[in-house]
Amino acid sequence: MMATVNQKRPVNLDLTTIKFPVTAIVSIFHRMTGVAIFFAIPVLLWLLDRSLASPESFADVKELMTSKLAVLVMWGILAVLIYHFLAGVRHLVMDMGIGETLEGGRRGAFMVFIGAAILIFLAGGWLW
Amino acid sequence: MVTSVTSFGKNGVSDWLIQRVTAVIIGVYFVGLMGWLMANSGFDYATWKGFMGSLPMQIANTLMMFSVAAHTWIGLWGVTTDYLTSLQLGGSATGIRLLVQAVIILLTLVYLLWGLVMIWGGA
Repeated sequence: MMATVNQKRPVNLDLTTIKFPVTAIVSIFHRMTGVAIFFAIPVLLWLLDRSLASPESFADVKELMTSKLAVLVMWGILAVLIYHFLAGVRHLVMDMGIGETLEGGRRGAFMVFIGAAILIFLAGGWLW
Repeated sequence: MVTSVTSFGKNGVSDWLIQRVTAVIIGVYFVGLMGWLMANSGFDYATWKGFMGSLPMQIANTLMMFSVAAHTWIGLWGVTTDYLTSLQLGGSATGIRLLVQAVIILLTLVYLLWGLVMIWGGA
């Protein structure tokens, strides 16, 4: 058996040539949304700052939120937060030993996508 | 044992645990705040200021700010150590990675300080 194994077999870690299973897609989106949230944090902090500073600046934020672009940006931020939250819950559930099998991992991945789609849709309805 | 000098806890198990504890704090805060926003739609300034200025929310916001800072550091450290390596960047990888990590950590601390000043009565 050992003799048939090529000791110099190629190592394929070129991500562009690897077909991503659904579990990998859930994982990479968790990372991408995490990076996106890093850029959303100053926007959220600024909104919190302006909304608390004075009645005038609070009114400005309310005024801003009537613009379609601002609502769209908030929906985008909520969407990445919702996705990152659900994918994180999946991690915690798996840490407790639930859904750790290959099949369980796939099922959890699909649940994250479906749950995120539903909640993001509902968040859009709430914002509008 | 070689430890990473740029990671948050200088230890993988510590980072692993802190990432989860902070995740729970952030998750509970997120769900709670969304619940408040949905239950109080159309709220005015006095209501909002009174809510955020209450001691329980000042404490929750402070925990949130610290949790986000640690969670960001650990999460983005993982991302940068996976994608900014000599595999992708060749010989200059270590320098680029250190620079990016330094910028991330400094921005994270700026966010943290900004948040704390906001919560405890500056702006």
